[in-house]
Amino acid sequence: MEAKVLQKHLLELIRRTSAELPSDVVESVDRGWRREKKDSTGKYALKVIRDNIVMAKDKSQPLCQDTGTIICYADLPAWCDERTFRKAYEWAVVKATKVGYLRQNSVDSITGVNSGTNLGPGNPGYHFHPAQGKSLKVRMMLKGGGSENMSVQYALPHNGLGAGRDLEGVRRVLLDAVLQAQGKGCGPGILGVCIGGDRGTGYAAAKEELFRLLTDENEDPRLRKLEKRIMKEANGLEIGPMGFGGKTTILGAKIGHRNRVPASFFVTVAYMCWAFRRNGFVLSEGGRISRWLYDS
Amino acid sequence: MLLEAPFTEEKIRALKVGDQVEITGLVFTGRDAFHKYLHDGGKPPVDLKNSIVYHCGPVVVKEGGKWVVKAAGPTTSIREEPYQGPLMEQYGIRAVIGKGGMGPKTLEYCRKVGGVYFHAIGGAAQVLAERVVAVEGVHLAEKFGAPEAVWEFRVDRFPVVVTMDSHGGSLHEKVLAESEANFRKLVD
Repeated sequence: MEAKVLQKHLLELIRRTSAELPSDVVESVDRGWRREKKDSTGKYALKVIRDNIVMAKDKSQPLCQDTGTIICYADLPAWCDERTFRKAYEWAVVKATKVGYLRQNSVDSITGVNSGTNLGPGNPGYHFHPAQGKSLKVRMMLKGGGSENMSVQYALPHNGLGAGRDLEGVRRVLLDAVLQAQGKGCGPGILGVCIGGDRGTGYAAAKEELFRLLTDENEDPRLRKLEKRIMKEANGLEIGPMGFGGKTTILGAKIGHRNRVPASFFVTVAYMCWAFRRNGFVLSEGGRISRWLYDS
Repeated sequence: MLLEAPFTEEKIRALKVGDQVEITGLVFTGRDAFHKYLHDGGKPPVDLKNSIVYHCGPVVVKEGGKWVVKAAGPTTSIREEPYQGPLMEQYGIRAVIGKGGMGPKTLEYCRKVGGVYFHAIGGAAQVLAERVVAVEGVHLAEKFGAPEAVWEFRVDRFPVVVTMDSHGGSLHEKVLAESEANFRKLVD
């Protein structure tokens, strides 16, 4: 496959991710809008959000001006090595920034200078894994700074919250995370959660949970039950869309787990905003996309 | 309801928490770098008297020699909490547009100087960009970079909600108190 073909597909992936929300998110926002009280500020917020979703797709422009941190997972088959992928990916990011699918979002942490291209130490980020089959699978997420600032990691036991090292303790800190976020993470939000791991792997795993469909059910019956309970109770806090008050505070809670060392028990929450931008594709060696990972 | 320039103290004092307002007139974007710059004694590049400052880092590109706004939603306001109130008083900034609300210090200054906090819908970059009808200037772009620059946006019926008013009202304080009470019921 020519380099140009991969570049073109990656640019289209960035465009789609930035401008079009997957249908599981759109449907969830619609349900929230129907649920909110007539003439309430919360319903008004969801109305503007719904209009925005339609408009971004029609105009093929970013849903949110904060096009966020680019999170990219690529499962690389034998025909695509890391260097080839990285080159095409970086080309696509620079091009997407130039045409306005991405904002200039890469700032030197020492000097404060914006590179203007979205390239720089650590940018754009990527995670490579060897593919199982012959296809190249790419998953991408754009996560804005407002939501990332509301992400949080708890070390259990937590005295103030009365949270011990069990699922009841996990429940308590998850509800606290939603309470602390209020409307600041651009809710209604989605919680990607990792129970366990270390401080680094906890965040990575919590973010990976966010690739799950909002409509799926956890395979682990204990976590399935916890996810449902968190949905119900977090929405019962009545923080509402944008923190304006109302019934729609979160759209989903996706909880995974990693083993931990005996001394540590972290619960990590990756808070995602309603502009829940994720997509991906499966690409054959011939350069054809066999499927997109999310409908939009 | 409609709020048209000039943004006088009288018009702003008439607003109450919960009002859904559409703004027509000129607003200036300004975020972290700009607020720190003013706080450190930097000279404002525009006249801020009776102005509205919008916490926004837009995506703006040049097309055919003209600036075009591609996305222009609000950014989190609370980061400007240390600076906002005193700058409202010093320069006559009448209102702020942002998201997430601000704290007691800004609320107190709103009361004192006749100011208000408008909450735009976070992430609604397209709906909001559509209401920016013209870019009339840009300042400090080389110093701060495009997202942090001061953009002069001419807006037409720009939709916001009053969440902090000049009478001490704050929707953020109210929702926080109520949700804390709901939380206690769930964990106690």
